[in-house]
Amino acid sequence: MTDKFVSIEGIAKRYPGASGATTTVFENLWLSMARGEFCCVIGHSGCGKTTVLNILAGLDAPSEGTVIVDGQAISGTSLDRAVIFQSHALLPWRTVLGNVSYAVTSKWRNWDRAKVKAHAQTFIDLVGLTGSEHKRPSELSGGMKQRVGIARALSITPKMMLMDEPFSALDALTRGTLQDEVRRICLETGQTAFMITHDVDEAIYLADKIFLMTNGPGAVLAEVVENPLPRDRGRTDLHRHPLYYALRNHIIDFLVTRSKNFTAETPDHDPRNVPVIHIGKPGLTIASDVKPEPPREPSWPGLSRPSTCS
Amino acid sequence: MTTISLRLRAGLVSIALLAAFLGIWHLATRASAPVKAMSPEYAKLMGLTATQGKSAMPGPLDVGAKLWEHLKRPFYDNGPNDKGLGIQLGYSIARVGLGYLLAVLVAIPLGFLIGMSPLLSRALDPFIQVLKPISPLAWMPLALYTIKDSSISAIFVIFICSIWPMLLNTVFGVASVRKEWINVARTLEVGTLRRAFTVILPAAAPTILTGMRISIGIAWLVIVAAEMLVGGTGIGYFVWNEWNNLSITNVIIAILLIGIVGMLLDQILARFTRMVTFPE
Repeated sequence: MTDKFVSIEGIAKRYPGASGATTTVFENLWLSMARGEFCCVIGHSGCGKTTVLNILAGLDAPSEGTVIVDGQAISGTSLDRAVIFQSHALLPWRTVLGNVSYAVTSKWRNWDRAKVKAHAQTFIDLVGLTGSEHKRPSELSGGMKQRVGIARALSITPKMMLMDEPFSALDALTRGTLQDEVRRICLETGQTAFMITHDVDEAIYLADKIFLMTNGPGAVLAEVVENPLPRDRGRTDLHRHPLYYALRNHIIDFLVTRSKNFTAETPDHDPRNVPVIHIGKPGLTIASDVKPEPPREPSWPGLSRPSTCS
Repeated sequence: MTTISLRLRAGLVSIALLAAFLGIWHLATRASAPVKAMSPEYAKLMGLTATQGKSAMPGPLDVGAKLWEHLKRPFYDNGPNDKGLGIQLGYSIARVGLGYLLAVLVAIPLGFLIGMSPLLSRALDPFIQVLKPISPLAWMPLALYTIKDSSISAIFVIFICSIWPMLLNTVFGVASVRKEWINVARTLEVGTLRRAFTVILPAAAPTILTGMRISIGIAWLVIVAAEMLVGGTGIGYFVWNEWNNLSITNVIIAILLIGIVGMLLDQILARFTRMVTFPE
């Protein structure tokens, strides 16, 4: 990777545990992202995904290591890195417009009211909330609240967006629409995005790169999976792509079995050179130094798994 | 019948209860005790209770008549021992207002500071825990000795009694502002002062106002007792003065008015609380 827009270099997070022992959530974590790339992190609860995101956001400080964004080591929060919170985190005493304007005035302190309003309005329109500007968060549905969260994050025109399971509290239909919106907005604006998710399909639909993390404590970044699907993929025919199931199975196999014993089974794992997996190369070859998996027998006799590696 | 709203029915029951209370009161105070035969000279020295068997307790009609008299002339001033009820209540409300305002000015900024700083919160906690349960009237001698002015001492007592609920509620409200709202402000690089006013204050306002509402109630309770001690003016002084005058009618009127003013003060704060409360 030549253009490292974001580079996480050897960060660790330790908490003082009971009886003097320290709990290591993760250590020696290296990770990089290119400008304009959409990356998803997948891993089980407790592997420190949220901590990584908080460190990237500057809300939390790593116990060791540094994070470099756009050529500069970060210290604390920044208006360059917008966060979309899982719980939307809207200020309930402000209207939709008020919430977005709050972000706008935070970035441009000396703008007059009309300019702030016009700017905020642009982003409210962008997420499709035109007409609801003067509603309070309590009058909005979950999906609309998260749209406001997205508008607020985008309104400060950040260099990158950090999303902590932004759609996990939404119903499937709303989640789908919002994924479309986020994908459209990120492609249009060329945003660099870092997103935590539990939803494999969400990661496949949105991400250019998928980071797979093993179980914590002592979690490591096991693999970086490159998404082989074309950039102009659509939600409706995503699952018809010849490589879709290979990708999905690879991720699910990792989550179901390999994430537990990865560190024990891969003693020579180098956290600085995490293997990059290219799905769909002839014979489902796995790049670099990871041993190809032994083919798994389906547990349902009589049915074969979709042939994806022909 | 079932179409009558709950509000109306509750109102009717309230009126019925009031009527029943007044009726029983009237009947209970009307009853005449046996009258002893006594010489006319001696009877002149005795009150109506002894000579005509009239109850010493005034009936609702006596109280009503007297109240009407007071309401007609609320602001007369016939010297130190005879002022209109409006003046007396005015003194009390002014003392409460002043002491309460001072307490607001101290408690809310201090509460903010303590709520935002875990260090101060722990360091000041023992002092607050010890000072809080002290009856405000226990401060009175100390206040009289140091301030050397009874009226200001009463204001000080109001200050000291209304500061604690406000202080503790502000600390609690500020300390328990949702982490995510703070994080929103942090990711937007909002400075400490702006964060305090735009995130913490609105988020903690309902809790702070609840503390202020508790405080005004306590202040109004305490002012009556404080004025009984310091004397001179005020509704508390009026109650004690009328007791010394053996005018139970005036005492009852004062009790009624204390209740009504207390209710009004509470309602004002309740309205403010509703104004800052936000639905989530």
